[in-house]
Amino acid sequence: MGISLDNISKSYKGFKAIQNISFEVKPGELFGIIGPDGAGKTTLFRILTTLLVADSGTASVAGMDVVKDYIGIRKSVGYMPGKFSLYQDLTVEENLQFFATIFGTTLEENYDLIKDIYEQIEPFKTRRAGKLSGGMKQKLALCCALIHKPKVLFLDEPTTGVDPVSRKEFWDMLKRLQEKEITILVSTPYMDEAALCDRVALMQDGQLLEIDSPKHIVQKYPKAVYEIGAKERHKLIQVLRDFPNLYSVYPFGEFVHYTDKRTDLEIPELENYLKSKGLSEIYIGLTEPTIEDVFMELARK
Amino acid sequence: MSEENVIKVVELTKKFGAFLAVDAISFEVKAGEIFGFLGANGAGKTTAMKMLIGISKPSSGEASVAGFDVYTQTELIKKNIGYMSQKFALYDDLTVRENITFFGGIYGLSRSTIKEKIKVLVADLKLENIIDQLVGALPLGWKQKLSFSVSLLHDPKIVFLDEPTGGVDPITRRQFWEMIYHAADKGTTIFVTTHYMDEAEYCDRVSIMVNGKIEAMDRPKRLKEQYEASNLNEVFLQLARNSNPE
Repeated sequence: MGISLDNISKSYKGFKAIQNISFEVKPGELFGIIGPDGAGKTTLFRILTTLLVADSGTASVAGMDVVKDYIGIRKSVGYMPGKFSLYQDLTVEENLQFFATIFGTTLEENYDLIKDIYEQIEPFKTRRAGKLSGGMKQKLALCCALIHKPKVLFLDEPTTGVDPVSRKEFWDMLKRLQEKEITILVSTPYMDEAALCDRVALMQDGQLLEIDSPKHIVQKYPKAVYEIGAKERHKLIQVLRDFPNLYSVYPFGEFVHYTDKRTDLEIPELENYLKSKGLSEIYIGLTEPTIEDVFMELARK
Repeated sequence: MSEENVIKVVELTKKFGAFLAVDAISFEVKAGEIFGFLGANGAGKTTAMKMLIGISKPSSGEASVAGFDVYTQTELIKKNIGYMSQKFALYDDLTVRENITFFGGIYGLSRSTIKEKIKVLVADLKLENIIDQLVGALPLGWKQKLSFSVSLLHDPKIVFLDEPTGGVDPITRRQFWEMIYHAADKGTTIFVTTHYMDEAEYCDRVSIMVNGKIEAMDRPKRLKEQYEASNLNEVFLQLARNSNPE
């Protein structure tokens, strides 16, 4: 009862939002769509939640076709859009009751599913949704998306603009939901969140760059990645760009990630080159590639 | 970076009723420094920034920005700083050229200066093909790069960047930071907020706000040593985990 897409495409006035997207999400899987704004993530979500009809291709959710059986899908999926879409002038409690009623259920019936999350916002249950903080709104929206015990949960950029602490809490919640046998499709522009998914699809400009487990994706990275540090960081990047054997250089936190055209990099050679350009406190060491290294390599092709 | 402090903040405080949104924060930022202003959602970053850019009056404390007082010289502050955020960017239904001309006019630049600036921007950012396109049709990464350039049109001493790279793809995000470095090299002070902790490491110094107070402030490397963390994300989690923004 997962998700299946076969050659799905959608254009808006000639703009190709998504092109020939095919993949499967297994039942009970936590599957991530990773990509920046404009990748086509929201279009994909709207097609799968039956809010938008694809130009071509077929898709099914929980065994139901997104066009022929859209009513069945709407009953059995939960959808948390990227934009906060609850009723701002209803209270926390009223929003939950409203969504429960719409789906023909009650707060009590599926309370065990939302208990962990709802307890965190219960002290504010009489507060209007519009007056909640960002983190609280997000938790309420998740409760509302879960109130009818959906088989598949769609979360469109739930952590965008959210600070690292709240992001971590949110992912912990998703892991616990997964244990309750809910299939979860979640999108994010934060590459580091890919590691928290069972499998991910990397997307940019409407196209799939790669689908696999985060571990396999980084293992497939074809080059050795070196982290290089120097006191003069901006100059370091500029100087490395002029190095004849450079393949790529990108800033990564405290260091830059460097890859070489050759298979074997002579570290002393590079170090001497950097010294000759006047850099100091030079550090060069081998490091593991990250999902972001992979993403940038795929995106530049 | 020079030794001149272009932002000076002493015990700056903002109350909303009984709620202390910003609780007696103090810090200084040097000319040409890249200063990262970090904190959880609701920690008080936006409120603090609003006071510094002259659009919110402090409840108490002192601050000067580019040499001007945040209580009495807010119009002079606005003339001498640049500002960009994801929310306040360019006008989608104006072309790139029209946007630059409009904002140049707002900043009081002459027609000839604006023309000159457009020429430089077209060359630097390779805008030949898009200069007369509507901004709304451009990818987000382009909009953000342009928006940053526009915030620098009047050669401000300081530019305030409020989550400038949210949702931007990883390559463009890095190109954006190179623009920041470039501006800092030329002496512009950068005051930036971000939720990307790898970007926080690109800053010369960062402060981390928790519940209205600055709980930590130093060079990223020193903070990592102090908190025995391998990256700033861990430092941030240690400091902010036990806070309650409600």
